[in-house]
Amino acid sequence: MGINVADATLEPAKGEEPHVSEEVVKAKGVGPIRGFFRELARSTSGLIGFIIVVLLVAMTIFAPLLRGNLKPTTDYWAPFSAAHPLGTSGQGIDTLAMVVNGGKTVLLVGFGAAALTVLIAVVIGSLAAYFRGWFDALMLQVADLFMTIPQIVLLAVMGSLFRFDSPFWLAVIVGALSWPVLMRSIRAQVLTLKEREFVEAARLLDLGTLRIVFVEIVPNMASFILINFIIAVTNAIYAMVGLYLLGLAPLAGVNWGIMVQDGWTNGAMFNPDALPYILAPVAMIVLLQLGLILLTRSLEEILNPRLRDR
Amino acid sequence: MTAVAVKSVPVANPDRPRTPSIWLRIWRNYFLRRVVRALIMIWVVTSAIFFLVRLMPGNPVDTYTNKLIAEQGLSYEQARAQAATLFQFDSSKPLILQYVDYLNNLLHGDMGSSIVSSGTTVASKVAAHLPWTMFSVGISMVIAIGLGLVLGMLMAYRRGGIVDHAVSVIGSLLHAIPNYLLAMLIVVVGGVKLKWFDFAQMRGSVTPGVQPGFNINFIQDIFYHAALPILTYVLTTAGTWALVMKSSTTQVLGEDYVTVARARGLSGGRIAGTYVGRNAVLPLVAQIATQAGFVVGGAIFVEQTFAYDGIGIQLYKSINFRDYPIIQGILLMITIVVIFANLLADFIYSFLDPRIRTDERTED
Repeated sequence: MGINVADATLEPAKGEEPHVSEEVVKAKGVGPIRGFFRELARSTSGLIGFIIVVLLVAMTIFAPLLRGNLKPTTDYWAPFSAAHPLGTSGQGIDTLAMVVNGGKTVLLVGFGAAALTVLIAVVIGSLAAYFRGWFDALMLQVADLFMTIPQIVLLAVMGSLFRFDSPFWLAVIVGALSWPVLMRSIRAQVLTLKEREFVEAARLLDLGTLRIVFVEIVPNMASFILINFIIAVTNAIYAMVGLYLLGLAPLAGVNWGIMVQDGWTNGAMFNPDALPYILAPVAMIVLLQLGLILLTRSLEEILNPRLRDR
Repeated sequence: MTAVAVKSVPVANPDRPRTPSIWLRIWRNYFLRRVVRALIMIWVVTSAIFFLVRLMPGNPVDTYTNKLIAEQGLSYEQARAQAATLFQFDSSKPLILQYVDYLNNLLHGDMGSSIVSSGTTVASKVAAHLPWTMFSVGISMVIAIGLGLVLGMLMAYRRGGIVDHAVSVIGSLLHAIPNYLLAMLIVVVGGVKLKWFDFAQMRGSVTPGVQPGFNINFIQDIFYHAALPILTYVLTTAGTWALVMKSSTTQVLGEDYVTVARARGLSGGRIAGTYVGRNAVLPLVAQIATQAGFVVGGAIFVEQTFAYDGIGIQLYKSINFRDYPIIQGILLMITIVVIFANLLADFIYSFLDPRIRTDERTED
């Protein structure tokens, strides 16, 4: 049976049967990775999104080389100049250097939290669907409960009770609270996938439950998981920057969230020279979110050929 | 028409269907089930919050007791008693008794008092601020859904047209901007740079001195103050609604019954309204519940940015002051509001799509 990545993709919201398309993504003869890029290049917005994300990640990785000087000077809120193209902060630090270096925590927490979300959702969702019974019922109820409490509110309350003291814990809490929606759609997918012949074959070969679930079934949802991973990154970044804004996240170091918070609470928007200090990190966050969203939209189109003719 | 008929097993009399009784039974089944489920959910959330606050390392009562001893030189018993009244719980009692007390107090609408501003009860605080959030979020959801509905149908009818492309691009862009950042941009660009509005005047939820009442003055004033939050919520969510509506309309347009309706020569408006619209709107209604929770959550950030005096900004303040009784009360009330929003969405959904009511039992 021609099981490729596109097979398992469907729109999660409808909860209908996955569309098992025998139409193979055109690129199959070229090899999955190159074909994938060829498809991506065909969609302009997808390509733009991909380039934005790659550029931002590259900028963050090479930030110390690009503009590594984060030393405070006595030049507070300096206006535009050749030495400081975006002026300086309230501590006299070069704003451009802060913007270039400020993506690290945002990206790490975003990707880390999303990885945790996807991990929990895939493990619980696929096992619940595979076993059914009490585990399934229990997990559905737990997911319902988590989905009922507004996540951001819960996050803010947890932030006030726990006092996140490092970005690592921030990522863990954000990741641990946002799995339920994805878990439900993974569960719906596995429910239909597990009735397929190859699963039956694996079961007859007595491959063991864990192997059947995680080696035979889960890889069929790879594309679906990838798209949801990116969506989870955008959600995690939304929650995280919001927490920074409320001052509930660790306010040490340099990152876009802290810059916005600092600029906002210190009234940077009323000072024309300080305006870049608040607008530049906002622009970076928006750019990152936009790139990720454009990427998911075109990934959905590539991996779900049905959407293309619409 | 006896009470027994209601209690009997659904398949009791297959060959003698009594319409009113069956109708009653289905009605009871579906709606009662939903209400009971919502109540159970509220109970579970209430309990979860109870244990979350109490089983935390360094629970707030102990922290507050220590603070009272250190700052006001009270004896341990005095401090403990004072802390216990404030939080409506006494951690020296067995947990199960505390739990019973807590539920009992809640049933009487007593959620404790604020630590920071003594004398203010949590209930009064919530009652004073929650309506503003519900007002601004509710109005924006109605506007955003209405807008999304119209735009989405237009996009589906004129696929590949200008509206389709423009709304797709603008929608993605606005969706990409976190709502609190959009709020900041509105303040910075519209308020500070271009001076389109006086941001300082628009703070708060109502101008001091304006008497609440059903008159044009008051209504104008509350809309004036809520305008920026509403604008933010609508801008960030309408595009998503439009995209959901577009894809479901596109799907419905391909259905056979639409083709048949066209073949029957029905007017375009009638097809769009009764045949396409009513069916296409279903996925939208299903999403209202999740979106409501999300928008209410985002309200913390947005209200804080605009200094709009809703429940979100109160939550933020109480978090800053570590005012645990208020935090607990607000978390509880917001969750209850979202549960009721879900319940309402369920009812609307079952009204629009009666299949839901009957399929419900076989689904899970």
